Amino acid sequence: MTTHDMSTPAPLPAKQTPPPPPPPDSIWLRAARHPLIWPLATLALILAVNASLNPGLWHLQWRDGHLYGSLIDIVNRAAPLAVVALGLTLVIATRGIDISVGAVVAISGAVAALMMGNAVAVINGALVHPSRFPLALVVLAALAAGGLCGAWNGLLVARAGLQPIIATLIMMLAGRGAAQLLTGGQILSISYPPYFVFGSGFFLGLPVAALIALAVWGGMTLMLERSALGLFIRAIGINPRAARVAGVRARTITICVYAFCGLCAGIAGVIVSSNVKSADGNNAGLLMELDAILAVTIGGTLLTGGRFSLAGTVIGALIIQTLTSTIYAIGVPPEINLVVKAVVVFAVMLLQSAEFRRQLRAIAFRGEPR
Amino acid sequence: MLNATGIDKRYGAVTVLEGVQLHLRAGEVHALMGQNGAGKSTLIKILTGVVAPNAGTLALDGQAIAPESPLASQHLGISTVYQEVNLCPNLTVAENIFAGRYPRRGWPGLKAIDGPRMLRETRALLARLHLAIDPTRTLGSLPVAVQQLVAIARALSVDAKVLILDEPTSSLDDSEVESLFTVLRGLRDSGLAILFVTHFLDQVYAIADRITVLRNGRFVGEWTPAQLPAPALVAAMVGRDIALASAETVDAEAPAKQVALEGSAPRLSLRDFGAQRRLHPLSLDLHDGEVVGVAGLLGSGRTELARLMFGLDAADSGTLLVKGQPVRFTHPAQAVRLGLAFCPEERKADGIVGELSVRENIVLALQARAGLWPCIRPAKQRELAQRYIELLGIRAADSDMPIALLSGGNQQKALLARWLATSPRVLILDEPTRGVDVAAKQELMNEVMRLAREGMSVLFISSEIDEVLRISDRIVVMRDRRKAGELPRGASEAQVMDMICEPAA
Repeated sequence: MTTHDMSTPAPLPAKQTPPPPPPPDSIWLRAARHPLIWPLATLALILAVNASLNPGLWHLQWRDGHLYGSLIDIVNRAAPLAVVALGLTLVIATRGIDISVGAVVAISGAVAALMMGNAVAVINGALVHPSRFPLALVVLAALAAGGLCGAWNGLLVARAGLQPIIATLIMMLAGRGAAQLLTGGQILSISYPPYFVFGSGFFLGLPVAALIALAVWGGMTLMLERSALGLFIRAIGINPRAARVAGVRARTITICVYAFCGLCAGIAGVIVSSNVKSADGNNAGLLMELDAILAVTIGGTLLTGGRFSLAGTVIGALIIQTLTSTIYAIGVPPEINLVVKAVVVFAVMLLQSAEFRRQLRAIAFRGEPR
Repeated sequence: MLNATGIDKRYGAVTVLEGVQLHLRAGEVHALMGQNGAGKSTLIKILTGVVAPNAGTLALDGQAIAPESPLASQHLGISTVYQEVNLCPNLTVAENIFAGRYPRRGWPGLKAIDGPRMLRETRALLARLHLAIDPTRTLGSLPVAVQQLVAIARALSVDAKVLILDEPTSSLDDSEVESLFTVLRGLRDSGLAILFVTHFLDQVYAIADRITVLRNGRFVGEWTPAQLPAPALVAAMVGRDIALASAETVDAEAPAKQVALEGSAPRLSLRDFGAQRRLHPLSLDLHDGEVVGVAGLLGSGRTELARLMFGLDAADSGTLLVKGQPVRFTHPAQAVRLGLAFCPEERKADGIVGELSVRENIVLALQARAGLWPCIRPAKQRELAQRYIELLGIRAADSDMPIALLSGGNQQKALLARWLATSPRVLILDEPTRGVDVAAKQELMNEVMRLAREGMSVLFISSEIDEVLRISDRIVVMRDRRKAGELPRGASEAQVMDMICEPAA
């Protein structure tokens, strides 16, 4: 015990006037109430565990004009998940869901691989790997494929009135099938070197994949801050009928939101296929939708719509990637890998439940007067 | 039978109830009166165990009680019907009545719901209440008024000593109210204590044996109806003498206005406008500065007319003309762009966006008309919200609180504010005064008349004929989804009633 113990403040001077002004909330109190505090605390905790087992975690080094280190690695690997989860956040905010994002990741990668082809040529005696189409066109086609899949989902939900989980379940199955059809059930290798920049390149010393995720996040934040899109999306998520009566173009916005989610999955597909230098119709983005939903939820977005947080989603994606990296770093045997992950996720979600924390407090302070 | 004394309730720093008392006696109908925000709903929540009081005691039959949950208070014999139907629309009538305590049969540990018995008991219960409702219908397929009656049947199906009715009549028409009152009188004579909350003064005098008035969270007094004539009751609720404007005193210049209106081109016209199964084609003109009242029973086509005009449903015959130009709305956004505004009847389902703040609810329509861009800046939003909060006297702690926390009348005012913010030319109000207290009602109507004087056209839909008469320059009477006729200003209530009831030729 030190003399600075603040838990038992001295009695207030008696001369204070009867109605005291409400005490200004301390910065700590306000921080504790901030909705992002629990996701951030979770991230810090997992990083701390990782660091205690892997002292090199905080070690960053500058090599060949690039930034290297375990942290950079985590951020880079989290990038595709973060992009997918960001797109999904808006869909979930309209009280929808999109479980086809994993399949769309595969489609986008397959389209890109097909557009480039895997040709080998000898020019001036050197072995080169040309692309069938210019890089810009390749990327554009891959993103367009993602956007179209998303728009189709949106049409099914907003026009045909299908339940979002069913509409996107169709795309999840059909999309996976389409990706396998495109790749012929094979793993298509990608050998066109300029394409590798998205997955493993560096720009100004920083990994391009992480920069892309940052750009998507920044662009979305700007769009939501500067336009009324955030208000409309929340209104649709809470009460679509009332939003329509107020003149909000609920259907159009819903379709656009799903299309944007597909576009994000397309971006992630480019990053993933560029990183592994191949397009795999069977396994690319497999089960990514579940990680993305988890990232969105950990970040404090309500699955019932109406409340969402982009920053929370990014933190959620980082939490999941850090967790995966930590599990590998600790050397958990692969066969119990998923179990460990599940236990940690379970603990994280419990900690974030206000109801659970209330019960914890009730147990901790039982018997004490309130 | 049920005594509450010295009840205090605070939410944070806000004191909602202070030293309130209420004494219900067996075999009496007790009316609880007060304006919106007077604390009626909070008092009911305390009686039913939804919230706990900060101070004060509850006693049932002389025994102190402290119900911790609605279920606990139900076990004590206190049954409640809330203002808004909170049953499951996807279940049948019988399932709703027995939800949570289905009759069972079979062996312990393996019990099936006894469907036939449930139906039998439901039929018996409904018959006791003289309700001709098929217990196998899903609740959502029934009109709101019937749903309300089912809610009452559910409350009565447990052996209640005390029955609490929170504005049960706000969605019922006169004949349904009368049949409800017959039921209530029967229950009263069988020894039940009934607490009845309403905004309708005439209903209080029709049924109540005793009246308790609350104002601003305080107990004003308890009287018998004979001791407290209507003007005194209103004064007790409001704390000041409000002048209930009558048709004669509203406008001295009415005839001159009528002439002027007829000379001008209509702002909005309907020509043989209708839709299959919703509305028989009708014609109607709305001039600038004119208030057209729409009277008619529930289901007479009033709401359908409003929804078709606003583009919420698609019309399939006739034309809608705005300033002489034929238009076809497929989405409300188009109607809003041409200066129409619509406050819907079902405030909770079609009106408010519950978890958004009062401010966001108020700017929603204006922002929707402006589109995604430019976004109304937060400072400007706050200023706009504050202006309407003051103009309409919305009781909200601040404009950032969720609108769901406001009382019904204040939500209604916030919805009006939402549309006034768009400066509409034509304002369609569907039952704007439902569930709103006397003073707020008067304020709303004064506001509508002021808007009309400034040149706005108003279509005023209400099931309260005296309101329609008081405010309208012209009255359209609806019956059986068609226009029964039009009456000029100054028509009597009897004339309107005749037209409503006239059998279809």
